[in-house]
Order: sequence, then C-alpha cells, then structure tokens
Amino acid sequence: MSGYFKELISGTKSLFIGLGITGKYFFEPVVTEQYPHEVPVMKPRFRGHIELIPDEETGEPKCVVCGMCQKACPTGCITVAGEKREGVKGKVVTQYILNFTTCSLCGQCVESCKFGAIRFSKDYNKVSERKEDFIYDLIKRLKEQS
Amino acid sequence: MNGLLQQDVNQETFTLNLGPQHPATHGVLRVKLVMDGEYIVEAEPVLGYIHRMHEKMGENRTWAKFLPNCGRMDYLGALSYNHGYVAAVERAAGIEVPERAEYLRVITVELNRISSHLLWFGAFVLDLGGFTPLLYAFDDREQILDLLESVTGSRLTYCYFRFGGVYNDIEDSFITGTREFIKRLRKRMPMYDALVTKNIILIKRLKDIGPISKDMARRYGATGPVARGSGINFDVRKHEPYSVYPEFDFDIPVYEEGDSMARYMVRMDEMEQSMRIVEQALDKLPEGPVMAAKPPRIIKPEKGDYYHAVEAARGSFGVRLVSDGTNQAYRLKLRSPTFSNLSLFNEAARGMLLPDALALMGSLDLVIPEIDR
Amino acid sequence: MPEPFRVILFIVFVMAFAGLNAAYLVWCERKGAGHIQRRIGPKEVGPYGLLQPIADGIKLMTKQLFLPKGVDPVLFMVAPLMVMVPAIMSFMVIPFSETFVAREVNIGLLMIFAFASVNVLGLLLGGWGSANKYAVIAAARCVSQNIAYEIPMLITTITMVMVTNTMNLNEMIRSQSGWFFHWHIFRLDMSLMMPVAFLIFFICSLAETNRAPFDMAEAESELVAGAYTEYPGMGFGVFFMGEYANIVIGCALTTILFLGGWQAPIPFNPAGFLGVIWGLFWFFLKLYALIFTVIWIRWTYPRTQFYELLNLSWKVLIPFSLFNLILTALQIKIFPWL
Repeated sequence: MSGYFKELISGTKSLFIGLGITGKYFFEPVVTEQYPHEVPVMKPRFRGHIELIPDEETGEPKCVVCGMCQKACPTGCITVAGEKREGVKGKVVTQYILNFTTCSLCGQCVESCKFGAIRFSKDYNKVSERKEDFIYDLIKRLKEQS
Repeated sequence: MNGLLQQDVNQETFTLNLGPQHPATHGVLRVKLVMDGEYIVEAEPVLGYIHRMHEKMGENRTWAKFLPNCGRMDYLGALSYNHGYVAAVERAAGIEVPERAEYLRVITVELNRISSHLLWFGAFVLDLGGFTPLLYAFDDREQILDLLESVTGSRLTYCYFRFGGVYNDIEDSFITGTREFIKRLRKRMPMYDALVTKNIILIKRLKDIGPISKDMARRYGATGPVARGSGINFDVRKHEPYSVYPEFDFDIPVYEEGDSMARYMVRMDEMEQSMRIVEQALDKLPEGPVMAAKPPRIIKPEKGDYYHAVEAARGSFGVRLVSDGTNQAYRLKLRSPTFSNLSLFNEAARGMLLPDALALMGSLDLVIPEIDR
Repeated sequence: MPEPFRVILFIVFVMAFAGLNAAYLVWCERKGAGHIQRRIGPKEVGPYGLLQPIADGIKLMTKQLFLPKGVDPVLFMVAPLMVMVPAIMSFMVIPFSETFVAREVNIGLLMIFAFASVNVLGLLLGGWGSANKYAVIAAARCVSQNIAYEIPMLITTITMVMVTNTMNLNEMIRSQSGWFFHWHIFRLDMSLMMPVAFLIFFICSLAETNRAPFDMAEAESELVAGAYTEYPGMGFGVFFMGEYANIVIGCALTTILFLGGWQAPIPFNPAGFLGVIWGLFWFFLKLYALIFTVIWIRWTYPRTQFYELLNLSWKVLIPFSLFNLILTALQIKIFPWL
C-alpha cells in the first residue's frame, strides 16, 4: 500500500516537473534559423560541388587536363577534355563537365589534383525540376564568375 | 464491407502490414504482423526496399573509391563506418597511422556517436508520442553537426578518414568549440532526465516491456546497446581494443533487466562515457602529422582474409576483406549491427501489444539503410 | 427579443464560434507547440501566421471528397457529423455569461454528458466504416478508453451535483458567487478533496476529448492516423472541428463545475450589458487558460498505453473519486448548514 502512494506521489511530481520544464522553454527565445530570411554562412571547409580555380594572372583555369580527378572519382561523374595550343605549355582545358546527379561529394578529386586546379564551392541551395540542370559546365561557370 | 476485413470468417487472426511507409518504422522497413486483436502472433520483417548492393560495389572498384559508400550505410553514425572500413584496409595493407590521426578519429567518432544517440533519443520518444524532446535533442545535435562540419566539410554522410590518416587537420576553434559543447550537453542532461527519463508515463511504457534475455541476445548475435541492455558486457572498444581506445578511461554501461528501459538507459549513459572519451582525447592530443608519411599510392594488400570490427553507435560493425592481391577486393562482407538486432524482433515481439512492440522496435534503434546495405 | 429569434441567433453564434474556434485553436496549438519547442510556428501566412487556419481550411475544402474502396458509404459519411453535431448541441446549454445562454435547461449537465458519449460512437463508426485495419484498431481502442474514463468522471460529477443541489449549469455557477475562494475548487469545507476532484475531472475530460497523453485512438506513430486514416478533405476537417469543439466543452464544464464559470474573482458584478461582457470576459479567460494547459500537456508528455489508462482509472481515479463522494456526503451530513 505504501508503494502505491509513493508511486502516486512521485509520479504526479514527475508530471509537474515536466510541465515546468516545457513551460520554462516556452518563454525562452527560439533557436531555429528562419531559412529563406536568414541565410547561413557556410563553414570554410564546407564541401559543395567542385569548381575550377582561375589562374590569378590570366583568369584562365589552372587545369592541365592530367585526368587524375576523372580517374579518382568513384562514380565517374567528371569528364575532362583538353587540347594542345600554341604558345602554352601543356594542355589547355576545353571541357570540364561535372555530372552532379551522381556526385557523392567525397572530395577525392580535389585531393588527387596535383596542380591545385579545383576546389569546393560554397553553393548549397541547388534546386531544379530538370535533371539537365545538374550537369554543370565548370568552364562556363568560371567565366560567369569572373 | 468487402475486401480486407472479410477474409475468412473462421480465421481468428488478421494480417497487418506495417510499412514500408509507416511513421514508426523510420524508413522503408516493412513488418508483416499476424495479429490476434491487438496482440502480435507473428512479426516478420521484410527487407530489401533500400538495398543498394554496397558489398558488390566494394568488389568492383578500387579500395579508395569505396570510401564514400561507408557514409551511406549508417547515415547517423557514418564516421564509425568510415573507421571500420579504413581500419580493415589498413590492417590488410599494413599501413601505419600517425598517433594524432588516431586521436582525431576517436574524437570525431565519439562526437558522431553522441549525435546518433541524441537523434535516437528524440525519435524514440517521438515513437512513444512525445514530440518536444525530439526538438530539444535536435538543438543539441545541431551543435555537433556544426562542429563536425567545420572539420569534415559535411554534416551527415561524412567521408573524413583516409588510408593512413585523416583528410585534414583540426583547427583550434574546433577544440574550444568541442569543450564548450560538452559543457553545454552536461548541463542539458539533467533536463532530459527530468523531462523524459523520470516521467512516470515513460517509465510505465518502458519498464518490463519487450524483454530480451541474455540467451536470446546471444542467439541472434545482438551487439551494442541491445546486448548491453540484456546484461552482456561486450563492447568492441574494450574487449577487442583498436585505435587508441586503450589509452582512455571509460566505462561500459551494462544493465541486467533486458527491457526497453534498460536499452534506453544504456544509450543515455553511453553519451556521458563518450563525452569523457572526447575530453580525455582533447587533453592528450599529440602534435604531429595527420597522414602517414608515405601512404602507398596504389593499395594492393597481400593475398588473404582480413577482418576488423569497430563499435558503431548501434553495435559491432565488422568488415571482412578477402584480397587476391589486386587493387580491388575479391570479396567485401559488411557485418552491420542492426541486421542482427532486428532479427530478434520476431521472437521478442510475440504476444506483445502493438504499441509495446513499437516501443520495443524503437528501443532497438533501427537504421534501415544499414540493414539493407 | 422574442424567444425563437434569440435561440436562432444563438445557434448562428454557436456555429460560427465552433468553426472559428476550431480554426484558431489549431493556430494556438501550432504556435504553442512551436514556442515550447523553441521554434516560431506558423509565421508566413499573414502577420504571425494568423491567416494560416484560413489557408488550411481552403485547402481541406478544395480536396476531393471521395469514398475509398470497400468503405461503408453511410457510416463513413455520417461519422464526422456524429462527432460535430453533438458538440454543437452541447453549446446550447453552456452559460457563457449569466444571461448569455441559449436555453437555461434544468438538466443541462445531464444533457451535455448524454451528447458527449455520442462522440465516441462517431469515432467508433468512422473507424469501423473505413475498412482499414488501423482504423478498426483505433475504433476498438476508443471504446475501451470510454469505459476507462466515464466512470470516475460521472462519480465526480455526482459529487458536484450533491454540493450544489442542481443540474442547471447556471444555478451551479450562481452558487459560487462572491470571492474567488467561493469557487468549488477552493471549497474545502464542502469536501476536503475538492482540488483532487478537480484534477480527476480534468484528467477525465482530457481522455474524453482524445487529447494527449490519452490520444491512443489517433496515435500517429502506431496507427498512422487512427480512425481518421481514410478520411479525405473536409471529412477529416469536420472530425477535427468536432474534436476541438469537444475540447472547448470539456474545459467549459471544468470551468463551470470548479472555477466559478462566469463569476469574477471579486464580488463585483455590473448590471445590464456591461455585466454580460464582464461575465464573458471571465468565462473565456478561465476557459482559454484551461485550453492552454491542455495544449501545454500535449507537448510535454509521451502517450500512455490504453491498459495504463485502465490501470490509472481503476486503481487511482475511481477509488479516489468514490472516496471523495463518500467524504462529501459525510461533510454535507455533518455540516448541513453549508
């Protein structure tokens, strides 16, 4: 019998303590971020999709079309092509396509690049209804940025 | 009235299809329940709705290319899976890992374990009908995700470990941030305790509900909090030590009761133990490189059979590699803890009421992509 | 004003009140839940999200009303009405203020309880008629829940009828006039267990309205949406309105029986039109304070099990309410002048 009353009292007490906690939080400020109105700042190491890094002097991509990123990619979402041009040492990149639909953002392409030609972008809100919008032409993107 | 309800007039039982789209199964798990009224006669889990052939994918690509797959299996404790695979390959190829890298691995894995347990805590109470603790737990979990994002670059499906070390070094802000977070979570734990653990309704829902005996846990190969809640003192971190775990002082919470409350308490206590490990690791963190000096560019392990197990958030995760000396695995077998933990659901749920069985299912902490792989 | 017109006017008021009240209680619920969980809640549609209920209503109304395969068409369509109509009927006898009441019926209390039990029938038929296994389980739960809470609730109500000597709700309120300590909840001289009786009645009214922690019939993490699983569009909307109207009735009854209804906490009652407003103000203040508590409770606790509710009912609520009944009878017998 004493166990019955003990449980009754401790149980009722626990219920009121619970109400006290949620009641206290009711008056505390909200912690959520109001997304479209407040935009989060991406961390410096945030891994978005990759983009080409321009050469500081010429503004042209640093890529020399060695193909290491293409080889390192687990899902084969990178397609690189280049050509030999006169007056330029090595190859010049003419096509750098990232198929973002199969990219898993693992970052192995960036690691494998010996020339520091690609980096992660800070884009995160990519939305579209069409699959084709996620096949990025990174050379075009670089031109638009500069 | 026709169709479903009028199957056979003489039949006392009926079949209830729980899932693959059901709020309590947290994913695409389907459970075929044979019910007698609201009592469960038979509960057969049906798998395969999110099978992606990860094991096969491991066999037709190079070792490094499988790395991002690890994070896609157990998406709540991705770093433990990273750790298991990376450690197995390192064991096979004989790669030495610098000490600082091992410390970083332990710190991030334990933070990941806390975030996984926090999410489980919220989702479990949500299964029991309490909404608010979920949001409080997410508030805390968000701090961990921010910390891990500042190191690994992603928030959920991490791919941070590499053969021979980790992807990149931490910054000082991570250390101070982690210490602050631990202080904050220590302050919040009494609140969770008062709001949820001591709540009479929750105690009534969990105490003596869904007992899993020591014997049953052994027979089905249950590991992790499920086994420890049944009184089996087994934790890979302590009993088959790997990485730098032997250098830390931490306890393995074990409860003898075997009911849902015991599994709940194991996970709540584990969060505190993980915080202790992180604190000690931050204190002892040695200087040095985070990557082996010269990791082989193309990994070709010796011919042979290798196994490495780690303690993931849900139990023991094992990787078995069979190498034929090429740059690809001949066979890659992944032993995921939740698959074994789910197997005992049929036997444990027999004769239980539907809501109690769902409480039991929540206490197993299922992550469906990990079961199906 | 001639009597028939007054009643018709009141019916219109009650219908509008029940609809708007349901819509804005949803808003309150979402806002309250938001702030308890440290979020904001609805905020995009209109200032502070105030137009959100209207947007929700339009969305529900524009949805196609269709009969899923295998349902019993009559039961399926009637069930939402069987939850909504009795709730509106009950509003007829609730005195919002001393003179602001459609009909002052001598057996008002009895009438409300009679109609309140139809609510369960509506859920039972809706669940049964849906031809959905989850809905049938929910319907069965509803009935077992009904057995659990009705007994202590009625015993407590008998106690209150004993101390007031009437079933007329307005009379019951009048007997609590004066200072706030004349409200029944504080009348320890009538029964030492009055606050306990208040708690029992409040818990039972939570169970009657299927509110958390007793929302087993809806239990979305177990039964998807319980008895409402198959209902599209406004069928679901009417269930919802009925549910919120029932919450108002439950809280209004608690207010009337224990918290003095439209009585102000001080012995000051202006005459005429001002008196009506004065009464309305206090009635709604108490009513919405109780409703806020209901919302607060929902967002704090996990759900109980129905055998736990039966345990609670038979082991705690019924013994205590019976004891309260006997104690009150004794106190009335020993101190008849009270």
